[in-house]
Amino acid sequence: MNKINPLFKKELKVVNVGLKSFATDLKQQDIQVIHVDWRPPAGGNERMAKLLNKLK
Amino acid sequence: MHLVEKANKEAIERILNAQPTLIGIGIAIEEIPGMDIKTILHAGPPITWDKMSGPLRGAIIGGLIYEGLAKTEAEAIALAESGEIKFDPCHHHNAVGPMAGVVTASMPVWIVENRGYGNKAYCTLNEGLGKVLRYGAYSEDVIERLKWIEKTLAPVLKEALTLAGPIDLKSMIAQVVMMGDEAHNRNKAGTSLFIRELAPHIILTSFANDEKAAVLRFIHSNDHFFLNLSMPACKATLDPAGEVKYSTLVYAMARNGTEFGIRVAGLGDRWFTAPAEIIDGLFFPGFTAEDANPDIGDSVITETTGIGGFAMAAAPAIVQFVGGTPQDAMNFSKTMYEITEAENNAYKIPVLNFRGTATGINLLKVVETGILPIINTGIAHKDPGVGQVGAGLVRPPMKCFEDALEAFVALMEEEGIID
Repeated sequence: MNKINPLFKKELKVVNVGLKSFATDLKQQDIQVIHVDWRPPAGGNERMAKLLNKLK
Repeated sequence: MHLVEKANKEAIERILNAQPTLIGIGIAIEEIPGMDIKTILHAGPPITWDKMSGPLRGAIIGGLIYEGLAKTEAEAIALAESGEIKFDPCHHHNAVGPMAGVVTASMPVWIVENRGYGNKAYCTLNEGLGKVLRYGAYSEDVIERLKWIEKTLAPVLKEALTLAGPIDLKSMIAQVVMMGDEAHNRNKAGTSLFIRELAPHIILTSFANDEKAAVLRFIHSNDHFFLNLSMPACKATLDPAGEVKYSTLVYAMARNGTEFGIRVAGLGDRWFTAPAEIIDGLFFPGFTAEDANPDIGDSVITETTGIGGFAMAAAPAIVQFVGGTPQDAMNFSKTMYEITEAENNAYKIPVLNFRGTATGINLLKVVETGILPIINTGIAHKDPGVGQVGAGLVRPPMKCFEDALEAFVALMEEEGIID
């Protein structure tokens, strides 16, 4: 934790991956954030992900 | 997988090298393969009379009356129920039809040839907006207009086309995308360019002046006239890609008002279907979402080719007709690059620095990203005989793509290509 503490004393620049609500919360607190619209392959549908893998 | 990548490269080359060209007008029964007096073609995947939605039934009732096979609505319904009439998708006959997509034996059809590959595609002539057969209307005025199309509009245009010679539709669509059309629900530029091309030749035909004037007035009054040319141009473009084995490119999407269907090149003629979605859109005064029929028509062949909803960034004004904002239109076009194989070599979007439209929907990318193709479309009333009630945006059901992926993997396993 000691190593990470200084980070919070600096201005935060956040890259948020996945759920957009995390990015929205930070924006509301005036923290710079870039949102990456990422979803797990096939939206997390394991069956479809398995089929896609077979073709890779 | 190399085999699939190689097949997709071949399929996309076929799409990009297509040269859809308008070569003439003929009569459905004489031109369309497998057509006869007792066959009625319709939009979308195969469907039986008992499962057809209101607008498709309405258009079939109108088609039977137009052909003289029935005199009244009741007679038409009895004939449709009798099993004497063969209902078949336009797509099974190298044809496409907007909305209900009904084609009967006597209807005039545009003949489009893909000069890159020699295949042809067919489509009827556009009737206008509102109360028209393709939206399931079949009142006397609808039938009268169809007769006028057969007896005056088509013969005049046929002679004018003979004088004009073939018209390169790929170049024309490339131009209309530069002029603010996306060639599905916005066809103002396309209709204008087309009338500009043909007007000098219409004047020189052997018809009476009042007939020539009526033809020019009709095209001028119908901003969607070009749709029935962009659609067969797209159909002719995509069909050769549909013959590439092991390709995962989608070469047809279509709706019959009950089901949405897709066809994938490596899976041949098979349809993968799921219940058609309800369209999110803007309604004409006096109508609401309660009146809407589920998604219907072959016009989604435009999106399958990389125009229509995929080119909405080039046609921001369309949002006043289908809903959303110009920024939405921009986002739709950009997102479609995530699920496609190429950028179009002819259809380019000025506002995206002339980037080619997203072209060649890849089944694998759709399932992997969860991003579904965006479609803009007209909305038909759910009851037969009413007509169009609005326009909006819709996506295909994911089930079509998931089922196609299952089938594709099964095929690869059967052939011993994968374990």
